Amino acid sequence: MAKKDVILELINVNKKYEDSYAVENFNLYVNKGEFITFLGPSGCGKTTTLRMIAGFEKPTSGQILLNGKDIGSLPPYKRPLNTVFQRYALFPHLDVYDNIAFGLKFKKVAYEVTKKDGTKVTKYRKFTREEVDAKVTKALKIVDLEAFESRDVSTLSGGQQQRVAIARAIVNEPEILLLDEPLGALDLKMRKEMQLELKEMHRKLGITFIYVTHDQEEALTMSDMIVVMEDGQIQQIGTPLDIYNEPKNAFVADFIGESNIYVGTMIGNKKVRFLGTTWECIDDFPVNQKVDVVVRPEDVIIKPLGEGAVKAKIVNKIFKGIHYQFTAMVGNNEVLIQTTADHEVNTEVSLSIEPDLIQIMNRAYDANIYQDAYINKNNKVVFAGATWDCDITQLVNGSSVDEKGYFSTPDGKKYDLTDLDVIATIDMKDIEISDDLEDGNITGQIIQMVWKGDHYQVIVRTEEEEDFVVDTEWTWNELDTVSVKIPESKIKLTLKEDISKYEI
Amino acid sequence: MVRWERFKKILAKTYIYLVLLLMYAPILVLVVYSFTDSDQLGIWNGFSFKLYVDLFKNESLMDAFGNTLLIAVVSGIVSTILGTLGAIGVFYSEKRFRQPVETMTQLPVVNAEIVMALSLAILFKVLNTRYSFLTLLVGHLVLTVAFVYLNVKPKLMQMDPFIYEAALDLGASPRYALFKVVLPEILPGIFSGFLISLTLSLDDFVITQYLKEPSFETVSTYIQKIVAKHPIPPEVRALSTILFAIVLVFVLAITFYNNNKAIKLLKARRGRR
Repeated sequence: MAKKDVILELINVNKKYEDSYAVENFNLYVNKGEFITFLGPSGCGKTTTLRMIAGFEKPTSGQILLNGKDIGSLPPYKRPLNTVFQRYALFPHLDVYDNIAFGLKFKKVAYEVTKKDGTKVTKYRKFTREEVDAKVTKALKIVDLEAFESRDVSTLSGGQQQRVAIARAIVNEPEILLLDEPLGALDLKMRKEMQLELKEMHRKLGITFIYVTHDQEEALTMSDMIVVMEDGQIQQIGTPLDIYNEPKNAFVADFIGESNIYVGTMIGNKKVRFLGTTWECIDDFPVNQKVDVVVRPEDVIIKPLGEGAVKAKIVNKIFKGIHYQFTAMVGNNEVLIQTTADHEVNTEVSLSIEPDLIQIMNRAYDANIYQDAYINKNNKVVFAGATWDCDITQLVNGSSVDEKGYFSTPDGKKYDLTDLDVIATIDMKDIEISDDLEDGNITGQIIQMVWKGDHYQVIVRTEEEEDFVVDTEWTWNELDTVSVKIPESKIKLTLKEDISKYEI
Repeated sequence: MVRWERFKKILAKTYIYLVLLLMYAPILVLVVYSFTDSDQLGIWNGFSFKLYVDLFKNESLMDAFGNTLLIAVVSGIVSTILGTLGAIGVFYSEKRFRQPVETMTQLPVVNAEIVMALSLAILFKVLNTRYSFLTLLVGHLVLTVAFVYLNVKPKLMQMDPFIYEAALDLGASPRYALFKVVLPEILPGIFSGFLISLTLSLDDFVITQYLKEPSFETVSTYIQKIVAKHPIPPEVRALSTILFAIVLVFVLAITFYNNNKAIKLLKARRGRR
């Protein structure tokens, strides 16, 4: 998007709690009047970012600029922004009118006074009662609550309370309206209605909206611009159309809408191999590179046997209202297909996909590589907060370890490898995860899962904030605590520094 | 079958009334015998207000009564302020700080009063402090402040934690937000905390006995002093009756107020449908 009329800019914003980053290296600018949405799963840092903009949290580092001025150190009550809270946060002891009028008490209006000698002086006064009255009435009208002025907020329904919360914020005419999952507590039908109403309000008021949600459909429906976040980092910034059609990585593809994600290999110029066949595509990647391939379910075409690119067998059919959703098996790989045409379960068909609908992206993870591994005095390798008894003779061809624990190379030199820095690499396939916490070498929590046709790619994060990326056939749940089991024989070690320093 | 059910109901009611009778009978006896002028409890000399007249003539008893009210009200107010501020501070502070404070506030509640009294007495001795109203106040605060904290805390927990932030967001200063937004929400807790600390300090004996100035007497220490040599002065019956009446009026007023509020709320809710 073009930098036109920037109202808010976040530059290298970080937020650190104890040892872990809630928000990392956040860079964003927001144009005036835009409807921008922070989208991501819970715990991705989207609410923390919003709270930093509102002033409830201070960034650990970085700048937040409003109209070019740094507001990072201003308290919330001095920022010309207003927030609509997730659980409304209405004042229970005040009625609807007083709730909405709350913020107007603190507003100052400038007016000019002409002194006797003719000089003009700017003075400040508070709103008069009539002005407050007019503003509150107008706000109530915008949110369709005209007759509710003197009602006790505790007697209102969830949707009505939400409207009061919105009115309470917009009555102050903020430069930016911040909305923290404002529709999260409403039921589905009410939510859909409010989505459209909010969008309409945004259009009418012309205020910049920053909206936080974990609901991808809500984000796609309402936003001009979506910021997809995961694990404290921005994954992608783009219009709803961009994000849906051109997801930057497997996470975004998986999170936005439904998708088939496969591990593929580039085998020629604009030719990619996955699902056991070679496909034409329009993205250019180096030959032999492993890539992630994303195909949307509605882009897979079911054809009579022999007419498509690959043979498949339909194993499941669900009627979804306007379309059917089929699951077809191509070898071991599942393919999700959405189409309005009916097909019978257990029939063999052929599938085809248009080249421009095959989305190819760099793999976020190829293997687990630990750059900061080292060897301790017992010739064991330390990384990811654990000690591993792996074969260190693989560091130099033909080397061995003598009975005193010294490392000897074929040329007869001896080394004491204590503190030697090495790089440890483990293939994603070689790691197992287990729910028996005693079973593995280290325990952690599953923070991300992406289905890749015939297996899940799972990221397990340990307490020391080390990540393991694992390919597994089994279904787990996000936030499960699991143990990670790495066969020590599968850990590949390479030298990171010159070994000669350690010669004795 | 039906008969057995009815019998069970009667049994349950009898049990409740028996317990209530055991609780209130002694007070009732006291009240009744405050209206006769006999020196000994249990002898009815005919109806008379003599004890009440004597009570107001007994200067040292009236002094003690005044002192009791004074220390109760002062320590009640101070401990309500301290306990409320403490509860708010702890509520909005970090978790690792919150946990130890929570545990520490439990201790004065379960700790034996004599331990508190003795340790404070020793502390003041070590610090070479002369016993005064101030030492007595400190003793009563130690006794009551935890109860205020424990009464305010649940109100804070029930409160929407974001209303404070919402007030700041709308332009209120932290002080305005605290007094005009948070305080109204926890006021019932503050009030009941104040009442409890008032009650605790009204009938406290142990701490008062250890930490008071020798010449300063409250009702409980005064009676204790008299009882050592003389029988209990009969005016105490009148005093106790007055105290009971005050408490009764208080409790009734609060109950009435709460009921009224609940009815109003109910009516408002009905009006919504």
